[in-house]
Amino acid sequence: MSEASPPSVGAQEKLPLQAQVVPLLGRIFAPLLGAVEIFGLHMLLFGRAVTWLFRRPFRLRLYLEQMEFIGVGSLPIIMLVGFFTGAVTALQAIMALAMFDQQRWVGYGVGVSLARELAPVFTALMITARAGSAMATELGSMRITEQIDALTTFAVNPVHYLVTPRLVSAVLMLPVMTMVFNVLGLLGGYIISIVVYQIDLGQVLELFQHWVDPNDYVQGLIKATIFGVAMALTACYQGFNVRGGAKEVGRATTAAVVSSSVTVLILDYFLIEIMSVIWPSHGM
Amino acid sequence: MTNDGSTRDDRWQIRIRGLHKSFGAQQVLRGIDLDIERGKTNIVIGGSGQGKSVLMKHLMGLLQPDSGHIYVDGQDIVGLRDVAIAKVQRKFGMVFQYAALFDSLNVVENIAFPLIERYRLPRSEIMERVRELLKRLDLDRVAGVEQKFPAELSGGMRKRVGLARALVDRPEILLYDEPTTGLDPIATKNVDEMIRRTADDFGVTSVVISHDMASTFRIADRIAMLYDGIIISCGRPDELIAAPDPRLREFVEPSGAVKFGAPS
Repeated sequence: MSEASPPSVGAQEKLPLQAQVVPLLGRIFAPLLGAVEIFGLHMLLFGRAVTWLFRRPFRLRLYLEQMEFIGVGSLPIIMLVGFFTGAVTALQAIMALAMFDQQRWVGYGVGVSLARELAPVFTALMITARAGSAMATELGSMRITEQIDALTTFAVNPVHYLVTPRLVSAVLMLPVMTMVFNVLGLLGGYIISIVVYQIDLGQVLELFQHWVDPNDYVQGLIKATIFGVAMALTACYQGFNVRGGAKEVGRATTAAVVSSSVTVLILDYFLIEIMSVIWPSHGM
Repeated sequence: MTNDGSTRDDRWQIRIRGLHKSFGAQQVLRGIDLDIERGKTNIVIGGSGQGKSVLMKHLMGLLQPDSGHIYVDGQDIVGLRDVAIAKVQRKFGMVFQYAALFDSLNVVENIAFPLIERYRLPRSEIMERVRELLKRLDLDRVAGVEQKFPAELSGGMRKRVGLARALVDRPEILLYDEPTTGLDPIATKNVDEMIRRTADDFGVTSVVISHDMASTFRIADRIAMLYDGIIISCGRPDELIAAPDPRLREFVEPSGAVKFGAPS
């Protein structure tokens, strides 16, 4: 500052205030802006993957390979987890219902909680851990070993070749795996309720048939489809954007699993809210 | 060197004029003028981070410059899109630093990849072309090589399979991205030989990006030095040795690859 024009008292107060407030606002909103940007980039990738879906060549082999990996490959783990989830749910339900001597409601309890919540959410989480992590690792290592660049030199669009088949396969396979989970979960519940606790099968089936609505399954499958999009998109985004070396591939894999799992759970809440408006529930 | 490359020239296959490229605030290419001689081995040297790879990606149309022109056989490829750029890209084959073979495909599927993606050829013709290349690149001596996956191959073999994949669509121009990085001296010599032999046998124009000075002076027909985003020196090896730019001299001399005359 020159000596000839000393700053006024007001200006002295105003300038530092502005200088403090602007960066402070920046710091407060930076994570929010970052989140919005990342969401936008995911949507951009989604848009590109969907656009490429309708362009030639269709490369059916890539779709079948991915469906085999996401679907058939995940079958043992989904069956195992499904069976025990059904068994545990039945066990807990029987213990709770025993207080009112109403164990015959166990079929309804297991059926509806599997159909609406447990099957789609657990299936999505299991497939994220198994296939989502593999997708992020595979695309990440393809990126750092220049395989993705190599694709572009043959005029092959990497989103078309790598992302679209994974996205489509996840969308098709998640509902199928969810149904497998449902079936095995009911089997687990059956063994606990009917075989172990010897609850009357006729009563259990009657209540199940009367109260579990096909709509419960439809809602579960819609959720599974949306979880499939979230899982594949997050895994592909993370793998596709790896820069650097092996350490970064590991980081991308962790990020893919963590963020898709969190996304699945958050989406689950909002989907329940939306669906409860569309299909007002009969039993709740 | 003329300033206009917009007409087809028998001697120069690629002519680059005034190429600029920035990434954000960072200026990587700051006005590149460079001619690539047809049928010869042209080597671009320069230190790390001087923009060599960025320059190479521009040649194939994988990156678009901020300004400038790249004439391939007299056709300006800057601004070309979709089908037009794909047509130009077919003139090129690229050999990556670490081969960049597709892990999920075996040797035959890797080599056949450009043909399968670009044309609808009968399987017999594809196999014929792949087998011919395996033979010409001495890959057929290894038992069962066709069905092997990249992870089962040695570094040198992977490089040759990468070369076969680049050659399968009969390109006119082959780009090599630092082909000798990470190789021991004997493997380096083999790669040098491979580049020379490929240039002679297949009659291709080679553009090699390198910071291996011994290799460069062994196999180059022409050398260009990229420094700070511009070409500071360009010519035949003997021309460069006779009258070296001080920055070229500083870069090359420590390697002991060549003996320069007294500083001018």
